Amino acid sequence: MSRHWDHASKKESFSDRHIGNNDANTKSMLKFLGYDSIDQLAIEAVPESIRNLAKFDLPEALTEADALSEIKSISNQNIVMRSLIGNGYFGTATPQPIKRNILQNPSWYTQYTPYQSEIAQGRLEALLNFQTMIMDLTGLEVANASLLDEATAAAEAMSMSFSMKKKDHSRKFLVSKKANPQTLAVLKTRAHFLDFELVVDNISSKSLEEKPFGILLQYPNTDGSIDDIESLVQNAKSKNITVSVATDLLALCLIKPPGDFGADIAIGSSQRFGIPLGYGGPHAGFIATKKGLERRLPGRIVGISKDSKDKAAYRLALATREQHIRRDKATSNICTSQVLLAIMAGMYAVYHGPKRLKEIAQRVNSLATILHSALKEKGYEVHTQPFFDTIKVTGANSEVFIKKAEAVGFNLRKFDDSTILIAIDELSSLKEIEGLANIFSCKVSSNLNETANLPTELLRTTSYLQHPVFNSYHCETDLMRYIKKLENRDLSLTHSMIPLGSCTMKLNAAAELEPITWDTINNIHPFAPKNQTKGYENLLDQLTTWLASITGFHAVSLQPNSGAQGEYAGLLVIRKYQEEQGETHRNICLIPSSAHGTNPASAAMLGLKVIVVNCDNEGNIDRDDFQEKLTKHAENLSSLMITYPSTHGVFEEGIKEICEMVHGAGGQVYMDGANLQAQISLCLAGEFGPDVCHMNLHKTFCIPHGGGGPGVGPIAVREHLTPYLPSHPAFNSERSKVGPVAAAPYGSASILPISWMYIRMMGYEGLSLATRTAILNANYMAKRLEPYYPIVYKGKGGLVAHECIIDLKVIKKETGIDENDIAKRLIDYGFHAPTVSWPVPLSMMIEPTESEPKAEIDRFCDALINIWKEIDKIKKGVWPKDDNPLKQAPHTAETVTADSWSHPYSRETAAFPLEYTRENKFWPHVNRVDNAFGDRNLVCACLPIEAYQD
Amino acid sequence: MSYPSQLKYTKEHEWIKLESDGTYTVGITSYALDQLGDVVFLELPDENTDFEAGDSFGTIESTKTVSDLYMPTSGKITNTNSDVTENLESLSEDPYEGGWLVKIKPESDASDLLSAEEYESFISEID
Repeated sequence: MSRHWDHASKKESFSDRHIGNNDANTKSMLKFLGYDSIDQLAIEAVPESIRNLAKFDLPEALTEADALSEIKSISNQNIVMRSLIGNGYFGTATPQPIKRNILQNPSWYTQYTPYQSEIAQGRLEALLNFQTMIMDLTGLEVANASLLDEATAAAEAMSMSFSMKKKDHSRKFLVSKKANPQTLAVLKTRAHFLDFELVVDNISSKSLEEKPFGILLQYPNTDGSIDDIESLVQNAKSKNITVSVATDLLALCLIKPPGDFGADIAIGSSQRFGIPLGYGGPHAGFIATKKGLERRLPGRIVGISKDSKDKAAYRLALATREQHIRRDKATSNICTSQVLLAIMAGMYAVYHGPKRLKEIAQRVNSLATILHSALKEKGYEVHTQPFFDTIKVTGANSEVFIKKAEAVGFNLRKFDDSTILIAIDELSSLKEIEGLANIFSCKVSSNLNETANLPTELLRTTSYLQHPVFNSYHCETDLMRYIKKLENRDLSLTHSMIPLGSCTMKLNAAAELEPITWDTINNIHPFAPKNQTKGYENLLDQLTTWLASITGFHAVSLQPNSGAQGEYAGLLVIRKYQEEQGETHRNICLIPSSAHGTNPASAAMLGLKVIVVNCDNEGNIDRDDFQEKLTKHAENLSSLMITYPSTHGVFEEGIKEICEMVHGAGGQVYMDGANLQAQISLCLAGEFGPDVCHMNLHKTFCIPHGGGGPGVGPIAVREHLTPYLPSHPAFNSERSKVGPVAAAPYGSASILPISWMYIRMMGYEGLSLATRTAILNANYMAKRLEPYYPIVYKGKGGLVAHECIIDLKVIKKETGIDENDIAKRLIDYGFHAPTVSWPVPLSMMIEPTESEPKAEIDRFCDALINIWKEIDKIKKGVWPKDDNPLKQAPHTAETVTADSWSHPYSRETAAFPLEYTRENKFWPHVNRVDNAFGDRNLVCACLPIEAYQD
Repeated sequence: MSYPSQLKYTKEHEWIKLESDGTYTVGITSYALDQLGDVVFLELPDENTDFEAGDSFGTIESTKTVSDLYMPTSGKITNTNSDVTENLESLSEDPYEGGWLVKIKPESDASDLLSAEEYESFISEID
């Protein structure tokens, strides 16, 4: 072959771009660690008993351009139609400045949950806007920062209601049969193992006699009609029954909000506030409740506190209510929000403001009314009840009209064989209404008989969104600057590495994200006819095949739309399998003490009894304790939940044997895939023992963390569990053994192309090198830091897996400096802290990932080492224990430049502790935030503007 | 830390004062408060509620954690301390007097109560 031929056949390699180190870096890091090759290092880190270096089956890696062109042609098999299907998903116009400045902006989508509030003030404010919007529109007093979707929000409302059950209440939960079908299906799944009796019916005052602990009404109903539920709600309240109302934010701009007539809880989806359909997700679900019940709200809540200089500052409130503390006593396992989507929906309200929102709602309602009149005049049987946006046509042959509509570009909803629903939305126009009328051979008229379809008693009388934030940014220039102002307050991957252990904050490559804003991906309704979604079908088929191949499992479900929900789905599969085997009595779940708090919470949601297994000093399962508990509970053992590599970042030696012992006792093994990153190409979980595992696509497979969601948590199972994977009423409900766990059939479908792209561009070689590099980087950091900070756990041969834990106990004892002080001081150095105090108190868990280049890893190590030197000065008495750069950290520009400075260290030390910070300084917007103050004085809505002016 | 000798203690870090009228006054120990850190919320039951021994009758929440409060014996809650729920700082300032949480009318005598000395040695073991 000629030299030219050689040159000409070379292709750009994506893995070179994804992996931070070049060959020279890798070599010098290996040398530092005393290894000859990266293979040798990675292989030694994995126990021999589970090692499997055989190449798994994946297509050859493509270049970025080739992969994009391949996914383009697949997605072009999807047919984009005007979907007027409704059923919880509506057409909406994402304001372009929101799309460009937030959705497509890595400064907004690359961060994790805002744990370090001082460097997350931007998105915390944006989330507070979302909460305020939800409270205002629902007429309730507290809202959280979003839930996964409407159906799971309904399930959360059910559990919340049960937590308030009175002694004379039954275990019944009544749901209106006019609720959305996917909501009913998810409630059914959830109720089963919690032993709630779910009753789906027309709820009347009579049905309340059965003393249910809660009821759920839909308002407006799934068929578009609006019932006046006020007296029913009052009646339920008189019986102490908790009332939840599933509702629609746009409708609430016109109709009376649930809070006004006494509902305890309102739930729903904020999708139609500017979030694309996306074939079902991700969208931000919401939940709001009355004052006094805030501590029962699941999920994250943003609240206002103050910083050390008494300036108002945002942070996550009631963080301790999180299930990582409540564990098996938690009523919910949700530990994430749909942050990015909630921010977008909140910003949609900021951009439009109350006046425009009302105009949009009014337009939708008027367009629907015009169509309704035209159909009625033509003699169609249309519903006579009040409606907002959805028209019900009965007595016609559904198939015929649905086909007719499809032929001219519309999807309508088949309600039953003779009933069609047409959901009008923000994108509808008079022209569209004419087109729709045409299908039914009728004509719209400008002088229709003005019968008010919304009677006065249903109309909203209270104002909403009066806060200045919803009344200030209505021109694009203002909005763009507001978004930028908030963006500048947050530290993201665009600034520096985010070494959060167990979070795998790797690169979210631009090419991977490209498809998610294509029309053929994000403008598809989740219940669009199958002949329009061939592209998705092929794409998702390929992705499931690849994920099965990478993990060694038999089948994969993409439905769970968060990691914790993956845990729930995995345990659900196990329980259903055992139920069918006649082993319902198996209700014990063994969980190591080192497990993430979502594990016991997920188990509790399935009615499992959690037995905690101790860990030894190395962070591994204490084998004696395990043996004892296994023997004791063998008869009733359902499962073992185990994270691998362990939450301590170590490949546990005995994993294979442990799995065999569980199987020997008749139980199943659930593997938490939070640390899957370290396994790929070194071992196959589907082979060494686990029966089911979940994967966090937002960690291992490059879906961005979105600032705290969306997450995606598919599950993979061995063959015997395959029939028990979650189904969906829209597809295959009759045949399936297990109902859905999420509202949409494929969960957060529209972001799955990100993982598809990653795998397609990496191929086996790329993924394999990524894992090896992640392990190399973690071990390099561990060795660099060890002279200063002890490394808590190591595996055989002194190696860690893909993350390491540094111990701060001695420092705390000697100087009073704790993990929090170091975390805040890292902000002055321009870094986000590693995971603090988890899974070990007084520690930091560091995970560099494969995407960070050596120079950045060194910069981070330099920062931590320099902080150690600062601590040493405190130890030696150079600085007092209560006044030093760590206790005062972080330092804002305002503090450092203030006229007075009374600290025993210089302003320069405060702000520019290492040379590189002069080049690239990140200023926190607030000083250290006082968490206790905020939790004692809970404020979860935007403060009146005067509060910000001193 | 010293623990008043006239009080009894549980391994759940509660103190119990056996009142002359046969009722129990229950609070939490300074050791527990120290471990909890800044207390931000206290949830106490309605008065006249009955509980079994070992039941959780309320929760105490700090910025670090949420802990359940356990019944040292079966009985009825006759009184709760609303002063302390409104003024949480007083809990750590005066845990053994003003910081009491509930008064219980016990159904039977509580068993397994520790003396101050026994409690102190129990703590030194777990610390």
